[in-house]
Order: sequence, then structure tokens, then C-alpha cells
Amino acid sequence: MKQTQSCADSLQQARLARYSPGSIKTSARYLWPLAALMLLLAVNLVLDASFFQLSFQDGRLYGSLIDILNRSAPVALLAIGMSLVIATGGIDLSVGAVMAIAGAVCANLLLQTELPLVLVIAAGLATGIAAGLINGILVSYLKIQPIVATLLLMVAGRGVAQLINQGQIVTFQRPDFAWLGTGSWLGLPLPIWLVIGMFALSQLLLRRTALGLFIEAVGCNATASRYLGINDKAIKLFVYAFAGFCAALAGMISAADIQGSDANNAGLWLELDAILAVVIGGAVLSGGRFSLLLSVIGVLIIQSLSTTIIVSGLPAKFNLLIKALVVLLVLLLQSDKFRRQLSSWLRLRPQGAEL
Amino acid sequence: MTTPSLVLELKQVCKHFPGVKALQDVDLRLFAGEVHALLGENGAGKSTLVKVMTGALAKSSGDIYFNGQNCSFASPAAAQQAGISTVYQEVNLLPNLSVAQNLFLGHEPRRFGLIQHQKMQQQAQQLLLRFKLNIDVSAPLAQYSVAVQQLIAIARGVAMSAKVLVLDEPTASLDSSEVQMLFDVMRQLREQGVAIVFITHFLDQVYQISDRITVLRNGSKVGEYLAADLPRARLIEAMLGKELQQLTHQAATTTPAVAEPLLVLNNIAVKGSISGISLTVAQGQAVGLAGLLGSGRTEVCRAVYGVDVLSQGEIQFGGKTLRLQQPADAIKAGIALCPEERKTEGIIGPLSIRENIMLARQARRGWWRYLPVKQQQQLAAFYIDKLHIATPDADKPIEQLSGGNQQKVILARWLAINPQLLILDEPTRGIDIGAHAEILLLIKSLCQQGMSLLVTSSELEELVAFAAKVVVLRDWQKVTELSGDTMTAPHIMQAIAEG
Repeated sequence: MKQTQSCADSLQQARLARYSPGSIKTSARYLWPLAALMLLLAVNLVLDASFFQLSFQDGRLYGSLIDILNRSAPVALLAIGMSLVIATGGIDLSVGAVMAIAGAVCANLLLQTELPLVLVIAAGLATGIAAGLINGILVSYLKIQPIVATLLLMVAGRGVAQLINQGQIVTFQRPDFAWLGTGSWLGLPLPIWLVIGMFALSQLLLRRTALGLFIEAVGCNATASRYLGINDKAIKLFVYAFAGFCAALAGMISAADIQGSDANNAGLWLELDAILAVVIGGAVLSGGRFSLLLSVIGVLIIQSLSTTIIVSGLPAKFNLLIKALVVLLVLLLQSDKFRRQLSSWLRLRPQGAEL
Repeated sequence: MTTPSLVLELKQVCKHFPGVKALQDVDLRLFAGEVHALLGENGAGKSTLVKVMTGALAKSSGDIYFNGQNCSFASPAAAQQAGISTVYQEVNLLPNLSVAQNLFLGHEPRRFGLIQHQKMQQQAQQLLLRFKLNIDVSAPLAQYSVAVQQLIAIARGVAMSAKVLVLDEPTASLDSSEVQMLFDVMRQLREQGVAIVFITHFLDQVYQISDRITVLRNGSKVGEYLAADLPRARLIEAMLGKELQQLTHQAATTTPAVAEPLLVLNNIAVKGSISGISLTVAQGQAVGLAGLLGSGRTEVCRAVYGVDVLSQGEIQFGGKTLRLQQPADAIKAGIALCPEERKTEGIIGPLSIRENIMLARQARRGWWRYLPVKQQQQLAAFYIDKLHIATPDADKPIEQLSGGNQQKVILARWLAINPQLLILDEPTRGIDIGAHAEILLLIKSLCQQGMSLLVTSSELEELVAFAAKVVVLRDWQKVTELSGDTMTAPHIMQAIAEG
């Protein structure tokens, strides 16, 4: 009896924790994703004693941790955009393809024209926004289901990128652009700075204005939001355009990294990693509250996991399976119900032994 | 008459939630073969009491005796096993399964482990005949009206040989003939010795069917009465406490105002819906819209609010013609709407009370100029206090509030932007009388402060109480307009019926 009551109470508390930002209980939302990340890093340390070692060479930090952050950058950018799309109850499957398009646009401009760096970057970002706007119009004005609307661009987008590249892998020799993917500043690789910058800008844009709240309101109840004067269609249009912008930035980092554009492989399947990261961060796919920080933590979990698998020396053929299992474990750990069940199993067993 | 036997007795039952005492030393006695009305406003503790009684919630302290034995049920299933069935307001059945499958779900007649469909259907048919329901039990449940579904839900409770049957607002979605059908069944069960707990907001129905009444207020028992010995006025007094009743009386006095027209509907029509509707709302005037469900009441509200776009006619507001494409346009002009469907169109459930209050003002300020959190808190605190919204905390999700309090939050949302015209579509639907009186009084005082109102309500007395005139609608068209002496509930009723 007592136990069911405390269950009901803790359920109540969990609900409160989930929904009231600014209260102390909000920290509970961060506990399990952070714990999972720490655990993974600890496992890495056990497997490889030099895991946390950093070295400073040629004005840049090197080490496994930096490596994880650097490699996470494109998915982290995607996940920032994806968080908002998912908060409105939508989903964007096209971001991987948009990465490929943006990369192709930039690569061809760099190869065929003498445009200054700023304009090339602007063109890449504009491509992403345009792609996002197409998604947004399909979803909010033509009322096509998000998964279908963005699936269209996921398929067609890669085709567009191949057309832009005319079926070739386009490579370029522009150190200034390549610096976006391979350069460093103040000791950190540039992609990390781009993520930090994008994160900070987004956070300002969303939380210092009412935009974040409007997105959450639309995600919780679009009809009621429209009835109280929020332009729900414009909000949805915005989140897809924003996701497109993030995807273009990620695409440019990838292109800069390999100094070329490979329309077939750039950003391939990364949309799924981004969605997974947002979910690991505790977001609900039906829409509602979002946290960019939790989504980025989700990305770091996925990336650390990939590194762990490599460091552990397991044959590569095990990678995908292990990744799936660990992700499942992280998701289960976040579930209040599962944790309660787990703790009751752990508690009941010794008692059973006594009997 | 022999002394009836005590079936279920609750003694000094308490239920505490973090920060809230939902039930405080509540006693309840339930005799075999009686209909026992459990009354109180929303938040009085009726639902909590039922949940404690049926094992859906664990009690914090106190005793429950069932057939003389001290027991407490660990789950609703355990209570059901013992013979306590509950039928909730929203029908808890599976619309895609057949009537028979719903009736016997989990108790299907089996042979060698296989369900005997024939036998199940025969038994279902027989069971429903006891309720004078002769329907095709192999058809999916969704085919039948809510009333029939409700009866099926009750039949399901009875099928599991209930000794105690709890009906939580069973009549909320029934029309009057369906209510009588339900009452016949209840009388029949009463004769068979079933103890029925009947929860409702409709006091007429209480007097029609109940033998005994227990009133709760703020989580405590006010008293247990024999229905025959308790005059209606004293019942209301018991439910509300005295102060509130004076409020209702105040609300009932009207002061008609005459002023400049604010809203003029000129022969407006919406494609596939209302047509040829003309009406005027003056400054500081309350205009009622009367009509049956589906008469076009809600559609007029939606058109004036820009939810549905006009196909014909024009809306003038403050002397200017409005071209409304979406609610935001109407809000910009100074029009606000409390929608009928509070849950799907009004509240944003998971967001906090504070956010639900400030959102309309924020939407009008635009996304760029975020209302500082401190001001949000002040705004919320101000309205929570002013409208007596019962919550310990403005950061609580609004979905955890009772219906009446949710409605107050929606009203607060609009008061925060001080609209010129407030449209209230069934503002008191599904709200207990306590909040009911408060909301009526609030509407009244808004009107006196110069806000114009357009109000729909199916409770005609309510409309007559504060509206300066009532527009009657039928079949998506305006039938007549009543004011002054002709504006009485019987007149309106007649107009609704025959035009």
C-alpha cells in the first residue's frame, strides 16, 4: 500500500519535473542522460588509460575527448535543429540530404568561381534555409504529414545534390573554406566552435525571446495556440527553416573536412542519429518541451559510444548491434517506470533468498 | 421496510497528496438497495473518494469496511472482484470491439480455453434485455450513441455481479429521454439490492432518483442527508457555503445598458455552415446566443473570431470592417474567445498556469519582446488571486487543475489583454456550481466595466440572468431576437422549438 502511494507520488513528481522549467526538479531531467554519458566516458577510461589525456601541439589540443567533440559537430548541429522540429510534434528526415546539397553547392562554387569565402558560406546557408522552407510549406500550409513531407526531400535532395555534382565527387583546393572543417582557434578545432556558437545563438534566440515558448505551445496544442493568437503555421515554417539552416552548416563542415563534396555519402543516415540524440535527450516525439542542451548531450552519448566500440577492439562487425543495445539501455534508464521496476527487482531478490 | 444492510462503510478516510489534503476524515455509509448521491463542487474530493473506495488510489489513513470486514483494495481490479464496479464519465470501453466483446472482456465464456462466441453473444443479448436494450451485440460499440454506450458500460459493471455500482457523472452527455432510460435501469438495480453511488452536477436528477445524499466540500464531509428531508436551497448551501450563494443572487440582477454598437454582423455566412446571420452587440452589452447543439451557436462565435472565413456578408467592429483570416486578426482588433472545447482549443495542457495566462499577451506583444519572467509571475499571481484560481503554485501544469479552474485561467488569459469584445462559448459547461457562480459573477462585472460580451449557453436561465438580449438560432439561421420582457426562458425555449 505504502509503496503504491509513494509510486503515485513519485509519478506526480516526475510529471512536475518534466514540465516545470525553473523548478529545482528540472535537474532530474538532466540526471540520467548525464549519468549515461559519464558512465560511457568511464568505460572508455578503463579500456584506454590515456583516454582523458590531452596534448597541445601546433596551437591545438589533441586527445580522445577533443576527437569525440570534433566528430560530433555535424550531428550536434543537426540535433539542435531537430530538437525544435520535434518540439512542434514534427520530424525532419531530410537533414542528411540537405547536408549533401549544401556541400555540393559550396564545392561547385569554390571550384568554378572565385567568389569570396563569405558569399560561398552565405550561398550554402541560403540553400539550407530554402530546403527547410520547402519542408515547412509542405507541412504547415499543405498539411502533409511531416514524416512524408521530409521523406520527399530526403530522397529528392540527394538526387539534387548528385545533379549539382553531375554525378562526380567534386573536390576543391581552397584552404580558407577547408579551415571550417580542419582549422582550429584558441586551441580547439573549428567545428567545435561552430557548435558552441550555434548553440549559444539558438539559446539566445529561443529563450531570451518568446520563440521557444511559442514552439512548445504549438507542440503541446496547435489549435489552442492558434486560438490565443500564435501563428502556428509560421512557427512550424520557422522550425523547418531553422533545421535546414543547421543542416547546411553541418554539410559545409563535412565538405570542408574532406575538401570535396560526395553527394552519395555526405550526411548519409545522419538524420537518424540526430533524431536518436534528441530522443536520448528525453524529448517526446509528439511534441512539447525541448532542451537543446539535452539533445547535445544525446549526441555526445552516441559519439562516445562509437569511440568506445572502436577503442574496445571488438571486431567492426559488432559495432551497429552494440550501439543499438547501449542506446536501448540509455532509453530504458530514462524511464521512471523501468527504474522503479529495476529497483524493486534488486530489492526483492535478497528478500526472496531469506525466505 | 426492513432495515437495509450496510454494504460499504468508510470511516475517517484521509488522502493526502504532496501539499494538498484531498480528503480529510471523510465518512460514507452505503446501504444495499439505495441510490446514494455524492455531491460537491469540483475539487471537493468526490473523484478522490471514489478512487480511494475502488482501489485506484491508496488511502493515507482511515478504514474501509466492505460487508462488515475491514479491507482496502489494492487495485480497481481487486475492488471489481469483490463486487465494486465503477463507470466513469468518459466511457472506458473499446469502440472497435463488438458490444458483446466489450461486455465480457476478460471474462469471456470459454470451453477448452477457447472463447465461445455464440454463448457470449447470447448472454450479452440477455443481459442487455434486462436494460430494455434490444440491439445487435455483434456490431462494434462505436456504432451506438453515447447513451447506449453508457448503458453498456453499466451493464458490464452489473454483469460482474456488482454489489456496489459507482456512476461518475453518467448523465453528462445524455439527453433527457436517455437520462430516464438510465434512471429506469438504476431503479431496477436498486430493487435488486445493488447500492449505487451517483455523482452528478445536475441537482434535478439528484432529487429524481436519490434516496440519500452525502455532500463534500474542500475534502471534508459536510453532512449526510435523506434526499426527501433536504430542500434544494439547503443542499446548495451545503455544497457552496453561504457566501457563494449570495453571489449567485447578485449575479441574477441585471442592469441593461444602451450604448454605441461595437460589433455588427451584417448578413454573414460561412460556406457549408451558418447563413444570413445579422446581429449587433453594443458597447458594454452582453448578448446571448441560444439554440440547440448544432444550431450554429458555436459557428457564429468561430466566424466572429476568424476561425472560419466568411463566404458572405461583413463584420463591422468599432465602425471598421474586419477581414478576418485567423484568430490573431480578431485578437488584434480587440476580440477574444473562450472556446467551447476547453481541452482541445483552450488550455495548453502541459504548460504551466503562468504560461497559459501570459501567452495571449505575449502573442500580442510578438515573439521578439519576451515578457520578463518576473512580470509573468506577477501577472499570474494577480489573476490567481483575483479570480480565486485554486492552485498552490503558478508553475503547475494547467492540465492538473479542475475544469472550473482551467476556465478561470482561460478567462485570466484574456483579461490580461483587456479585449473590447469577449466571446464566451458555453463558459460554464462541465463546471461545478461553485465555480459556475463565480464565473457568472465575473462575466457580469466585466460587462459592468464596459466589456462587451457574446455568450452562448444551453442553460437558458443563465443567459436570461445577464444578457441584455438573446439571439435565437436554429438550423444555422437566426430565428428571432428577444429582449426586455419577452426575454424569458420559456419564450426562448419556444423560439428554439418552433421559431
